[in-house]
Amino acid sequence: MQTIRIGGGAGFSGDRLEPAVLLAQEGNLDYLVLECLAERTIALAQRRKLQDPDAGFDPLLERRMEALLPVITAKGVRLISNFGAANPVAAARKIGQIARRLGLSIRVAAVTGDDVLDRISPSMSAMETGRPLSEYGQLVSANAYLGIDALLPALQTGAEVIVTGRVADPSLVLAPLVHAFGWSSTDYATLGQGTVIGHLLECGAQICGGYFMDGDRKQIPDPANLGFPIAEVTEDGSATITKISGTGGRIDLRTAKEQLLYEVVDPHAYLTPDVAADFTTVRLEETGADTVSVTGGTGARRPDRLKVSVGYRAGFRGEGEISYAGPGAEDRARLAGDIVATRLNGCLDRLRVDIIGIDSVHFGPGGEAKSREARVRVSGSSADEGTAARVGEEVEALYTNGPYGGGGARKSVTEMIGIVSVLMDRRLIHPSVDIFTA
Amino acid sequence: MKLYDIAHSRAGDKGNTLTLSLIPYSPADYDMLQREITAERVAAHLATSVRGEIRRYEMPRIHALLFVCEGALDGGVTTSLAADTHGKCMSGVLLDMEIGGGGARE
Repeated sequence: MQTIRIGGGAGFSGDRLEPAVLLAQEGNLDYLVLECLAERTIALAQRRKLQDPDAGFDPLLERRMEALLPVITAKGVRLISNFGAANPVAAARKIGQIARRLGLSIRVAAVTGDDVLDRISPSMSAMETGRPLSEYGQLVSANAYLGIDALLPALQTGAEVIVTGRVADPSLVLAPLVHAFGWSSTDYATLGQGTVIGHLLECGAQICGGYFMDGDRKQIPDPANLGFPIAEVTEDGSATITKISGTGGRIDLRTAKEQLLYEVVDPHAYLTPDVAADFTTVRLEETGADTVSVTGGTGARRPDRLKVSVGYRAGFRGEGEISYAGPGAEDRARLAGDIVATRLNGCLDRLRVDIIGIDSVHFGPGGEAKSREARVRVSGSSADEGTAARVGEEVEALYTNGPYGGGGARKSVTEMIGIVSVLMDRRLIHPSVDIFTA
Repeated sequence: MKLYDIAHSRAGDKGNTLTLSLIPYSPADYDMLQREITAERVAAHLATSVRGEIRRYEMPRIHALLFVCEGALDGGVTTSLAADTHGKCMSGVLLDMEIGGGGARE
């Protein structure tokens, strides 16, 4: 039976580069998929594009492609990535330039159509809150989640590299499977199983022991040298997840279960543009060392409306931190936080004081043991950048105006781009493909 | 005994929603967890952190539970003022929960 091998070469924009190169070199792959686009990443990229029409793709794209292009062209591996972010066309041109510089001949397909900012109306309501978009700050981006119907025409061109903007993460893996096996776009059971495979690959090392290690029971071999995953998929959709032998990490039932449920809000209906996938029917089985078989995923009809991530200006976040140590460290940290909050005197929209190591995660009162060191963190938001900056300024001023022994003050101000979601009739969304040759 | 002694967990985020899996090391402990670790108990344990509704999903085929916590992330990763904007540390908070009885140790 025909099988396809797909590598998961990145799990987020800043992911490690070397494991993907190794996958391309030694993974005997048909496809290498790089998932590089979080919800807010695209809004930030959109702002870079506004300042420079040739910008707006992933900042690591050049480094990734310089390392990968010679390998994928030599090995005949096709690369699919959403690292086009807000500007897949500029990304495709850049990849063409890199190929020419390296003396390589390739075709790059740019998938566009996810940018739907011109079809957003202020009366649309945010899924998260039910409130209309008009109640949020100035809108800066709106990107629909595209699916396999946007990717398949690009695959049919034969292009070696396919670069997209916003695409549902599992669709990056499902599309080459549908392309290779000719699965019907209404065979929702098989599309659901393919979506499970995509979900397991989309976070790179997270199924290989990354984001997993803990104590004796969750040890993995050679963690500094974590390998990235490969899915070997047969025509009926059954798959095994494995990795290159000799790399660090582990693939077993535990790592697979953690990744199967990661970021899932309804395992009966994991919604993508392609299918409502059912994860509750999935069967996992250890079939060898670092090898887990995945079967049984299924699904129901795809949604008529697609999710659109809308980015808006959400003001500025000001932060400041300072440490205390020795007897009474925690009490001094709390006193420092109280002093800063008093000095800021209600000028921030929101203000929060945490003692790192004590209550920054739990929110509530911590345990009874007093810590030998404590770091107070003050964070506040404001529509005005200068007002947000006052948070860090007041924390830094604790050096000479606060409890004894404060050290290591840091301060920062960042603009916040908030993200909310709306639903849009998929008939209003028109993906297209442009080919660039190098 | 704490949940940590018999189970592992991974946290994830979607907008202002926190997801927490709960996976026993031994499948033999699934029935006990399914019986004991209700959405209500998790809500009480996470009360200082999670303000919204908590839904529980059962995954008997892989012997795991999934808790989906609404309104848990101070608005979500993009505008949260928390140190851990994703809520990724909350898997450790879940596993800190005290439970009675002994699980099937490996």
